[in-house]
Amino acid sequence: MAVPAPHPASTEPSAGLGFILKKAVISALVALVLFFLMIGIRTEAGPSGQLIYWTRFGELAAIVGAVFVGSIVIELLRRWIGPVGGVELPASVRGGFAVLGRLLAPALLIFALLVPVIFYKERYLLDLAILVMTYVMLGWGLNIVVGLAGLLDLGYVAFYAVGAYSYALLAQSGLPFPHFIDTYPYVALDFQQLGPWAFWVLLPVSGLLAALWGVILGFPVLRLRGDYLAIVTLAFGEIIRLVILNWQDLTGGPNGISGIPRPTVFGIPLTPGEHGFAAMIGVPFSPTHRLVFLFYLILALALITNWVTIRLRALPIGRAWEAMREDEVACRALGINITTTKLSAFAIGAMFGGFAGAFFATRQGFISPESFSFQESALVLAIVVLGGMGSQLGVALAAIAMIGGFELFRGLDQFRMLVFGGVMVLLMIWRPRGLIGHRAPTVFLQKRTEISASLVKEGHG
Amino acid sequence: MTNAAPILAIDGLTMRFGGIVAINELSFTAQRRQITALIGPNGAGKTTVFNCITGFYRPSGGTMTLVHDDDATFRLDRLHDFRICKYAKVARTFQNIRLFPGMTALENLMVAQHNTLMRASGFSLLGLLSAPSFRAAERQAIDLAREWLQRIGLLDRADDAAGNLPYGDQRRLESARAMCAQPALLCLDEPAAGLNANESAALSDLLLSIRDDIGTSILLIEHDMSVVMEISDHIVVLDHGVKIADGAPRAVRDDPKVVAAYLGADEEDAAAVMEGGA
Repeated sequence: MAVPAPHPASTEPSAGLGFILKKAVISALVALVLFFLMIGIRTEAGPSGQLIYWTRFGELAAIVGAVFVGSIVIELLRRWIGPVGGVELPASVRGGFAVLGRLLAPALLIFALLVPVIFYKERYLLDLAILVMTYVMLGWGLNIVVGLAGLLDLGYVAFYAVGAYSYALLAQSGLPFPHFIDTYPYVALDFQQLGPWAFWVLLPVSGLLAALWGVILGFPVLRLRGDYLAIVTLAFGEIIRLVILNWQDLTGGPNGISGIPRPTVFGIPLTPGEHGFAAMIGVPFSPTHRLVFLFYLILALALITNWVTIRLRALPIGRAWEAMREDEVACRALGINITTTKLSAFAIGAMFGGFAGAFFATRQGFISPESFSFQESALVLAIVVLGGMGSQLGVALAAIAMIGGFELFRGLDQFRMLVFGGVMVLLMIWRPRGLIGHRAPTVFLQKRTEISASLVKEGHG
Repeated sequence: MTNAAPILAIDGLTMRFGGIVAINELSFTAQRRQITALIGPNGAGKTTVFNCITGFYRPSGGTMTLVHDDDATFRLDRLHDFRICKYAKVARTFQNIRLFPGMTALENLMVAQHNTLMRASGFSLLGLLSAPSFRAAERQAIDLAREWLQRIGLLDRADDAAGNLPYGDQRRLESARAMCAQPALLCLDEPAAGLNANESAALSDLLLSIRDDIGTSILLIEHDMSVVMEISDHIVVLDHGVKIADGAPRAVRDDPKVVAAYLGADEEDAAAVMEGGA
């Protein structure tokens, strides 16, 4: 193969053609090894159970060729529009971007407030907006644990599940231990007596129970870091799901729980009857009312999460979280109790997950273990990483892009994941530290200067 | 008014890692409002002593007693981890700088005041509600941080990321961060390592001003003998985990055992060298 010698000035895109080709050949070879058995040979069970196989070398060649060309294209893209050596924008344009950046968050907020007004007639879009807001809230909750405290949590969905099941079980059957109620009738709580107030009373209860489970998870993993922490949290998420799946008496197992009380506008049910919300304010009943209410409910919950996180970040506890992410040993030398700092991050993150879970249960009216699979954890973590760890605006943008984008490509059927994966790869090439990677200081003397992502640590666990 | 007792009394400190004895029956005292230097060749066990004092290691034997100005007494060998800094008020720096690189210089100094601010924020509840008492405490903390930034000459870089500061500035910032924890005893692990002559001189001035103006006692590990000899009131020399000399800078410098330890010769040879040289 005729490989041109590398040009001395390696800043030119044409330089290092040999390097690009070499990289492409290596990628193609890896693809060949990987796909030789997966695609090159097709096996199937014959009619009487024997093995039938035939070769598909044409497809294999196509795939390897695609990897070869794709590798070259990605490498070229990286050189032209990669994170390093990009075109320096003129000051006026950069100033314009800065203004846009500052206006982005308020603009998004105003847009979010107006969503039910704009899309009142579009049921599907309202549903989607509620889903997106749920993930924004989950992302913001996980951001406390992963983004601020730097603790890689792959089992966040466990707290979502705890919140959802806490609400569903307590609202349906009070304390879910019949013999306990028989033995101690005076402490038995029958939450059905709460009637329309069930959601509002049980929402904080669900959050607190999830926070409790956050602490329970936190204790055994205090000494773990990085990969080990990730594995244990992943296992914890699975344990919760499997317990829910198998404890049939309590949770209904795979059948789930149905007939979960719907939310009320502070005690006024959203029903067609004469005591319903529509009759109360004197408008004809419409099922969209509930959607609009649910949207504003999750928006309020998400904004509370956001407000608390922003406030906590500027408090000593939040600074300790970030300092712990940066250097745990230095924290100990400065008299910071790592145990309580870690547990508080787990507990507060879990609490918001629990709120989101209770909302999920009341919105669906039905929950089952299927909704709390590992995929949910991975999705929420992807939102946090894609958004830029620690950035509230970044997480919101990522949730909109991931959930909204996922729906956008619904027409592509089985190629949806392919498009999705491609977009993720491109984003990680352009913005390896997430959409908003820099960090804003929590306190300043003269000027709030943004801290470049390269200095900010991602945490060891 | 001033307490006459030594701020730190170490008695029979022993640290074993498996079969290796890193520190063997070490005893010395650090006097109040003085700079005590801990020197010795590489691998002598100096940093191990520091790790025992600051709660990173639990010593295998011996006692370490710290006495505050108000006679409050702490047994450092019984305290552990963050409690040494929080209750006994011993702050330290590290041989390889351990700042929070992604946080600004000011934020680094604010983190050092965590325990004070945490109490003032009512464990975050008052802070969440932005109570006036917390805001006042926060302002005070910022003022203390500003004062230290001024002392180390980094006031104009207060809002820059610590990881972006030049090496010498990072060293000084780490010392200032330890001081923001308002310690009774400041432990510095090689603060002059990698500094040029000017920076070393500035560091000496800073340490003297900490001793004289603020009245904090200092325990210092240092290889830069110009700094050690200039500012130390008292020097303890370690070799292979054993104390080989203890005294005023001049006396220690002329001690044949010390010279032998540094030159790697045995005692008789060193004595011969000293006599021959004199």
